[in-house]
Amino acid sequence: MSVNGQSAPGPKDSTPAAAPASSHAPAAPAAGPIGGSAAAPQLRKAVIVGGNRIPFARTGGAYTKSSNQDMLTAALDGLIARFGLQDERIGEVGAGAVLKHSRDFNLTREAVLGSALSAETPAYDLQQACATGLETVLGLANKIKLGQIDSAIAGGVDSASDAPIAVSEGLREVLLDLNRAKTVPQRLKVLSRLRPKDLTPDAPNTGEPRTGLSMGEHQALTTAQWKITREAQDELAFNSHRNLAAAYEAGFFDDLLTPYRGLTRDSNLRADTSLEKLATLKPVFGKNLGAAATMTAGNSTPLTDGASTVLLASEEWADAHDLPKLATVVDGEAAAVDFVHGKDGLLMAPAFAVPRLLTRTGLSLDDIDFFEIHEAFAGTVLSTLAAWEDEDFGRTRLGLDGAFGSIDRSKLNVNGSSLAAGHPFAATGGRIVASLAKMLHDRGRVDGRPARGLISICAAGGQGVVAILEAH
Amino acid sequence: MTDMYTQLVSKGPGRDIARKLGLPQPVVLRRYQPDQPLVTGPVLVQGAGAGADELASTLLSWNLDVRRHAVPKEKLGAIVLVLDELGRPEDLARPVLTAATSMRDLAPNSRVITVSRTAADTADPAVAAARQGVDGLLRSLAKELRAGATGNGIVLARGVRTTSPSTLGALRFFLSGRSAFVDGQFLTVSSTEGQLPADAGKPLAGKVAVVTGAARGIGAAIARTLYRDGATLVVVDIPAAGDHLAAVANEVRGTALQLDISRTDAGQRIIDHAVERHGRLDIVIHNAGITRDKLLANMDEGRWNSVIAVNIAAQLRINEALLASGHFRNSPRIVSVASTSGIAGNRGQTNYAASKGGVMGMVRATAPLIGTHGGSINAVAPGFIETEMTARIPFATREVARRLNSLQQGGQPGDVAEAIAFLASDAAGGISGEVLRVCGQNLVGA
Repeated sequence: MSVNGQSAPGPKDSTPAAAPASSHAPAAPAAGPIGGSAAAPQLRKAVIVGGNRIPFARTGGAYTKSSNQDMLTAALDGLIARFGLQDERIGEVGAGAVLKHSRDFNLTREAVLGSALSAETPAYDLQQACATGLETVLGLANKIKLGQIDSAIAGGVDSASDAPIAVSEGLREVLLDLNRAKTVPQRLKVLSRLRPKDLTPDAPNTGEPRTGLSMGEHQALTTAQWKITREAQDELAFNSHRNLAAAYEAGFFDDLLTPYRGLTRDSNLRADTSLEKLATLKPVFGKNLGAAATMTAGNSTPLTDGASTVLLASEEWADAHDLPKLATVVDGEAAAVDFVHGKDGLLMAPAFAVPRLLTRTGLSLDDIDFFEIHEAFAGTVLSTLAAWEDEDFGRTRLGLDGAFGSIDRSKLNVNGSSLAAGHPFAATGGRIVASLAKMLHDRGRVDGRPARGLISICAAGGQGVVAILEAH
Repeated sequence: MTDMYTQLVSKGPGRDIARKLGLPQPVVLRRYQPDQPLVTGPVLVQGAGAGADELASTLLSWNLDVRRHAVPKEKLGAIVLVLDELGRPEDLARPVLTAATSMRDLAPNSRVITVSRTAADTADPAVAAARQGVDGLLRSLAKELRAGATGNGIVLARGVRTTSPSTLGALRFFLSGRSAFVDGQFLTVSSTEGQLPADAGKPLAGKVAVVTGAARGIGAAIARTLYRDGATLVVVDIPAAGDHLAAVANEVRGTALQLDISRTDAGQRIIDHAVERHGRLDIVIHNAGITRDKLLANMDEGRWNSVIAVNIAAQLRINEALLASGHFRNSPRIVSVASTSGIAGNRGQTNYAASKGGVMGMVRATAPLIGTHGGSINAVAPGFIETEMTARIPFATREVARRLNSLQQGGQPGDVAEAIAFLASDAAGGISGEVLRVCGQNLVGA
């Protein structure tokens, strides 16, 4: 499937994207579950102590005047207050933002310096589109597992309200040349190159650089390809709002969230929405595909501002600080697809990453108690599930004997997800990890083994990062 | 911050103008600072009995400048009037009239403190009359004192000595700047429980304290004061106040617990948090409270019930959990915030005053229960305190309200916090079931 008419051939398609377990799997002991626990190459455990986020706000709302640094600092300070980490030197803080000002080259470190943590806490920025938050968790968990650090805070933040606006390429070149010019005549000559159109700023957009299509238009192609109905998408969106509202009512977020700038709940949440209301919304993506457009503002996530953090630790560090151990970070996997040439949909990488990860850890979909599949669009979740249920996709794309499998929908996004909460790109991973860790801890054990959760996050650039957590 | 009028008339030309016009002349009160001297000058101990002698030698051992007889023209930091051996009302004359000659020598922000015995403890009418007489004497004297000086009394139950731990604890509290806005009040020492702190600057060292409603105002001030006194803090407030709560938690190096105290499991969640994170639980301060003011004629069920639920029902339920818990057995302390509204009443606050009156009843009845664990429970009733809430009162009403007390100014949130910190300390172990007003001797509610 070609999305933009580019004709360059892709790489040879002789090997399935999901290789069998043997090529990745570590030596002997990792072949299957041991002691009821998923096997992974662990030196020691990395546990999730807890998390904190600020409520997510629709762009142009409560956080319009808040910078990424403001929001990340607020999320950090709430985490510090919850766990008494004032003046604590944390092993490392890793966070990032997708929409980032050039002045924020040290965003996370600056947020740490503005927080109540010890100023001797090192920090780094990371950016992997919408997978940023989850990737910071996995990277820092690995450092803990390896014994490089004993504690870490993973996080992410994004503001579409306070997004950077760049000058045009023409103006930028003129300004740089002007800086290099030494004499007045040279400067005037450079300035004479300036044209009125150069003064138009270059606003950020979610378009894919290689296709020029927005993420929504890309997903519309995938949604149509997998024949996902409008009704199914609206139902997923409805469940997301209903589940998130119920979680708030039950006090689920009391120890996961700290209010910010007058907001105490995610501003995108519509507790009173209904399938009927969702059905009245007009499609916004895929209107030129020929088939009926199905993606609306109701079953797509809005642009959102927000920040999230997760406290990770070794078991020893958590014990020494009298802190809870909610869940362990078992393993993670990244994948990418060739969406440029239309081989797979832009947001379908998790459809490959999950089978690879489960195969590698000796698990199947039946071994998972909670599925947290990020709702970039309802169509993304449903296309991924459809792919896994598809015999042909399983055989030709995953290299399996048949369909990868189906999931018990009652285990999917049980406390709501991005369609209701909103999706501040880099902050979504932290939101999901902290919530899932709490759910797993509350569930405890299932059939004599620790409760287990799967996280799947799709990202721009045809990427996806997935992870498995287990109740501690 | 001290209000603008008080700053204006407490020195320079402002003071002279106010004096000539007969306007109120509040002064900037001496408030506690760590490492500050306990009193501003020599302490005159009046009284001829053994109790007075023992007390005087204890004060000497604190390195205070103690006088048993007044030195003419010498400015005094405090007069301690020991009246523990009264047999008849006539016995008041000698010590009181001797003290009277020193009244003009009291320095600004000085103290007059009576030490007497409980009138209810005797069946002898003459003894009871003499003891109860101290009550009227002290309250009137407090109204005569000027320039930030205050008068308060310590009442000793049977078997309690002038040098029992909590007598000395209360004396230190009343002498110090911690009691700046406490005026015309009595504290009864009912037992010889309690002990003075090893380090007077850190009386709460090693204690784990929970403060509800800690996100702002008086609750935040309580958290800061307990932290200054050495306690490890758990600050609690409703989830919607979480951002302010986090800021307070980070300031006092404690942990924030976002919790609606009217939840049925609130007590257990508080105990679990304190024990799991900090290993123990010693002090619980019930500060969280709400107002939903309406004249009773306009009162609806929602306003009435929410105030009762948060201000008293929640405290009762949490106390039940605390008293049942094995983790609240080591000289535990509970201090509740009541209100002068609960004593004197306040128009438009039938629900609030009912809840705050309820707090005082609860405290009295809980004292024997917590006493079985060597613990104590008390309440503090603030009068007009300068907070975000009182700042919303219209200017003229506010200006009148804050002058209607012997100190002619509103109190600070920290003044309430100081009283609470004292009652939460080991030194107050012999004081239980009491309500201490922090109101500058407000003219209403006596």
